[in-house]
Amino acid sequence: MNQRDPVIEIRDLSVIIDGQAILEDVTLTVRKGDFYAIIGPNGAGKTTLIRSILGLIPVTRGEILLFSKPVSTENRSRIGYVPQYHSFDFNFPITVKEMVLTGRLGRKPGIIRRYCKEDLVAAENALMRLSASHLSDRPVGELSGGERQRVLISRALVGEPEILILDEPTVYVDTPTEEQFYMLLASLSHTVTILIITHDIGVVSQHVNHVACLNQRLFQHDTDHLTPDMLAQTYGCPVDIITHGEIPHRVLKKHSERP
Amino acid sequence: MIEALGYEFFRYALLAGLLASVVCGIIGSYIVVKHMISVAGGISHAAFGGVGLGYLLGIDPLTGAFWFTLAVSALIWGLMERAKQHIDTLIGAFWAGGMAFGILCISLTPGYTSDLFSYLFGNILLVSPEHLMMMSILGGIIIIIVALFYPILLANAFDQEYAEISGLPVRALNLLILALIAISIVVLIQVVGIILVIALLTLPGAIARFFSATLKGMMFLSTIIGVGLTTTGIFLSWVLDIPSGSSIIIVGVCAYLAVVGGKEVVNRRGEKVDKTGSGV
Repeated sequence: MNQRDPVIEIRDLSVIIDGQAILEDVTLTVRKGDFYAIIGPNGAGKTTLIRSILGLIPVTRGEILLFSKPVSTENRSRIGYVPQYHSFDFNFPITVKEMVLTGRLGRKPGIIRRYCKEDLVAAENALMRLSASHLSDRPVGELSGGERQRVLISRALVGEPEILILDEPTVYVDTPTEEQFYMLLASLSHTVTILIITHDIGVVSQHVNHVACLNQRLFQHDTDHLTPDMLAQTYGCPVDIITHGEIPHRVLKKHSERP
Repeated sequence: MIEALGYEFFRYALLAGLLASVVCGIIGSYIVVKHMISVAGGISHAAFGGVGLGYLLGIDPLTGAFWFTLAVSALIWGLMERAKQHIDTLIGAFWAGGMAFGILCISLTPGYTSDLFSYLFGNILLVSPEHLMMMSILGGIIIIIVALFYPILLANAFDQEYAEISGLPVRALNLLILALIAISIVVLIQVVGIILVIALLTLPGAIARFFSATLKGMMFLSTIIGVGLTTTGIFLSWVLDIPSGSSIIIVGVCAYLAVVGGKEVVNRRGEKVDKTGSGV
């Protein structure tokens, strides 16, 4: 299994912002086909990690390779990114279709980039993959939390990316939708490598095949399930876990309180 | 009222109003949705520096304003992108800095600066054929650029970070947007003046936002709203013999307040119907 090509390689990454170390000596390899979850509490540096991978913030030490090459505009466009939900102005006058189409712009060469038939078809397909075709002409401001999330993923997928990176994707999604949402990601993970970052340990489901814990440093384990030790290390306190037999069905118990 | 149409200058005024509305419709809508109203305010006041420089050098003050606002918007962009200065700070500096420079230039200009007042508060009834020509060309440039780059301008306005990750040239785009704002302001100075430009850039777009769910729709609708506002304002200015710039803006503000008020009334009614309907 480990012979699969690495798509994201991070070596000894440290990011210091305004004199404060946000990430320290993070080493991580995501391989093609992985469904990888990084969990950590709020303020653990999760978003900083994503932003470094996307080349949006300068790296203080260490290196990041995408598809075995340093981060560049070219290889960055092979990533589909689903940013944190609250970074949007959902009152912006834009329809779902228009928004999803913007995910195609990066693939177009030249200065004047206009949509062609192929783009419209790709947008329709991307919405269809997320069962969101019926939302196509709706303004994004009128969508529910779950619908917005699906539309954001459609925009990330429309450019036919090789990696899908999701930052806190379930923050504004209610629990039943959350279950559906992970089913959906699991089905997508057959065709695209997924890296998901979340503070909500309750959501790491049976579908994820790699888990790492981030709290300034990254605690990576060659395992597909979380152990109490891993979580205690990350969160700085013991965390309850329920496992069912050797292969956990649902690895984690829901927490009513935040650790 | 109709007899006014017999005068050439009045027909010019209406044409200037139409050109201004197209500019307001397109660039104003973009400014409204991208939350750049104060940036436009800063650039428009800085334009006064160009007007003053025009007087001092003995060239057409509007031509002076054109080059000066373009230079200021490029400078703001450079300081924002390269020197990482916050846009609020830059607005504060150039808003007053441009005005100060303009006043300095005018104080150094020998003789009487006759129509200074019309650059500050506009006088659409004084618009000359040369200025109309200039407004048409600049308006045409704006339409062509926005039509060509619409998809990336939309992507950049909605989610700049995503646009950047996608590999779109967001920095160059931001310079383009600032330049378009500068050009729009030059077109609008003749109509409502430097001080009042900001309202004309904001109000039609803000009103159109209530009725349109897409940026493209907003641009079309606010152009029509702009024509309505400027035409009403020009006629009121003629009939009541009041300054045209202020009558256009006051008509605009009243229209905006009426729409906001109307929306509130409709919402309240909706709530009442809901309550009686659900039996609560």
